[in-house]
Amino acid sequence: MEEDTGDRPSTNGTASTVANPTANGCSRRLDDDEFERYSRQMIVPGMGKEGQLRLINSRVLIIGAGGLGCPASMYIAGAGVGTIGIIDGDVVEISNLHRQIGHATFRIGLKKVDSLIQHLMGLNHLPKYIPYPFHLTPQNAADIISQYDLVMDCTDNPATRYLISDICVLLRKPLVSAASIQKSGQLIVLNCPPAPQGSLTPGCAPCYRCCFKKPPPPSSMVSCGEAGVMGPVVGMMGVAQAGEAIKILASALHMPPQSPTDPPERNLHQPTLLIYTYDLESAVGPYSFRALKMGGRKKNCFACGENSTLTLEGIKTGNPDYVQFCSAPTSNVNLPPEERITAAAYHAAKERGELPGHILLDTREKEHFSFGSIEGAVNVPFGKLLMKAAAIKRDGGAASEILPPAESGKGDAPIFVVCRRGVDSQETVEKLKELGLDDQGKRKIVDIIGGMRAWKEEVDPSFPFI
Amino acid sequence: MSDTIEVATIPITVDFSGGLEMLFDNQRRHSVSLPAVDSGGKPADIAFLISHLCEKLMKDPRAELFVLDSHIRPGILVLINDADWELEGEEDYKIQPRDNILFVSTLHGG
Ligand SMILES: [Zn+2]
Repeated sequence: MEEDTGDRPSTNGTASTVANPTANGCSRRLDDDEFERYSRQMIVPGMGKEGQLRLINSRVLIIGAGGLGCPASMYIAGAGVGTIGIIDGDVVEISNLHRQIGHATFRIGLKKVDSLIQHLMGLNHLPKYIPYPFHLTPQNAADIISQYDLVMDCTDNPATRYLISDICVLLRKPLVSAASIQKSGQLIVLNCPPAPQGSLTPGCAPCYRCCFKKPPPPSSMVSCGEAGVMGPVVGMMGVAQAGEAIKILASALHMPPQSPTDPPERNLHQPTLLIYTYDLESAVGPYSFRALKMGGRKKNCFACGENSTLTLEGIKTGNPDYVQFCSAPTSNVNLPPEERITAAAYHAAKERGELPGHILLDTREKEHFSFGSIEGAVNVPFGKLLMKAAAIKRDGGAASEILPPAESGKGDAPIFVVCRRGVDSQETVEKLKELGLDDQGKRKIVDIIGGMRAWKEEVDPSFPFI
Repeated sequence: MSDTIEVATIPITVDFSGGLEMLFDNQRRHSVSLPAVDSGGKPADIAFLISHLCEKLMKDPRAELFVLDSHIRPGILVLINDADWELEGEEDYKIQPRDNILFVSTLHGG
C-alpha cells in the first residue's frame, strides 16, 4: 500500500481505469431485468445495490470447467458477475456428468467451455462470457489472467496450480483455490488482498506456495479419473469457492480500504484452509468441516518472498519448469522382458491351452474388480498385498500365504499379475520375487503389460474398464 | 522412582484426512497415549510423535506415503489444534495433554 497506484480514497483521479472497477459503476441505475433478477441477493444485509454493481463491474476467470468449475461458474453467473472467462481444453465425456453438472448428455463431445457457457447463458444471459477452449500454459497464462480481477483455480493437477498461483502473485490477483478427490475437499483464499512480490508488511496474505511449499510425490497422487470422486463433495467445494469470490468482489475485500474509517478486519486477515470430509459409512460428524488457521506470507517463499527471482518473462520461457517440479523421480521397477507379456500374447497363450493351472492375480481395488475381470482372475488389491507382504516379512510366515487360500497350494504354477494400467502389477511381481515366491527363478511370475486398459484395447473392446 | 516401570504418557487425539486415514486402518480419529519423553529422555515433540505413529499405529507398509527421510513427506500439512504447525514451531513443538494433531494430505483433483 506504500507505493502509489492512484487508488487512495482521496485521489480518485484514476477512477475510470480498470484498477478500480467499483468507482465508476456505483452511481449507475440498475435496469429492470437486473433489478428483478438480483433483488433477492441485493436485499441481504451487507450486499445492497453497491455490492451488486461491484459484481456487475467485475471480471472473474474460472480455470477448469469440471467438477469444481461447473458449480462455481453457475453461482458466479447467477450472481451477475459482469465478465466471466472460462478456460479448459477438454471435451465433455459421459463419465464427467455425475459431478460436472453444467454439461449435458446431449453435449457429450463438445468442448467443455462451450458446453458450460451454453448452460450459463440459459441461467443468466446478462454477463459477458469469454471461452478459452484450450489449457492454461506458462506461455498463455499471464496474458489471460491479466484481463481479470479475480481468479478461481478449479483445475485438477498440481503443475497448473503452481503456475496459476505464481502468475497471480506477479499480477497481484486474488486467487480462490479449491480441490477435491474421493471423499475430501479443500478450499483456501490466497493472495487477498494482493501485495507486491517481496513485500513483507505484516499481515500480507500467503500465496499457494506459502501454504503448499512442495507438491506431493507423483506416486502418492491420483486423479479423480483414477480414484473417483463423489459429486456432492466436489460440488460443495465449487459452491464454496463461488461464495468466497462473490464476497471478495461485492465487498471489495481485494482492494485497499476505500475509506480511512474502514476497520482493518474488513480485509481477509487470517488465512483459513477449509477442509471437508465426507464419509460414506456414517452420518455427518463433528469433524466433517474444519477451518484451519494458516500462516501468512513466508519470508523465503519462492514466489512471493523477499528474494524471489520469479518473473513473468521467466515463466514464459520455461523457468521454473512446472512439470519437472511436480514430477520428482519415482523408483521405477525395471522387469526383464521374460517377466512381461502383452495382454494379447497372454490371451493367445491361454486360448492355445499353454497355461494350464496358472494363477492370475488382479491387484485392482475391489470396486474396480467388481465391474468385471478376466476369467479365472483372483482379486488381491495392491494395498492389501503390500500389507500381507510386510506381515510375512515381519512375522516370518510362508511366502505362499500372500496368495488367496485356494491358490496357495498350487506348487510352482506360473503366476500372472494384472492391474489397472500396468504399474502396480510390475511392483507386485517384484514384491513376490522378493518374498522368494519365484523359487529362485524356477517359478514364472509375469506382469501383464498395460493392465486391464491394454486388455480392453488388445483383447476385449467390450470390457467395462473404469 | 524408576521410569522404566511406569512410563508417563500424554493423552492426545490424532486425526488423518485427505486419504491419509487409509494408512491408519481407515480410521480418521485415533486416541493416542504418547510417551511423555522419547528414548533419549527429551520431552515428546512432533518429530517424536511422527516416528511413534509410524512404529505403533501405521497399518500400511507404505510408510513413504507418510514420511520421507524420517520427515513428514511433502504434500502433507500438519495442524496443531487446528493451526498450521509453522505457527507453532513445526517438528519441535512440545506436545501438550489433550492436543489435537491433524495430518491432511494436499488435494489436487477437481
Ligand atoms: Zn508465497
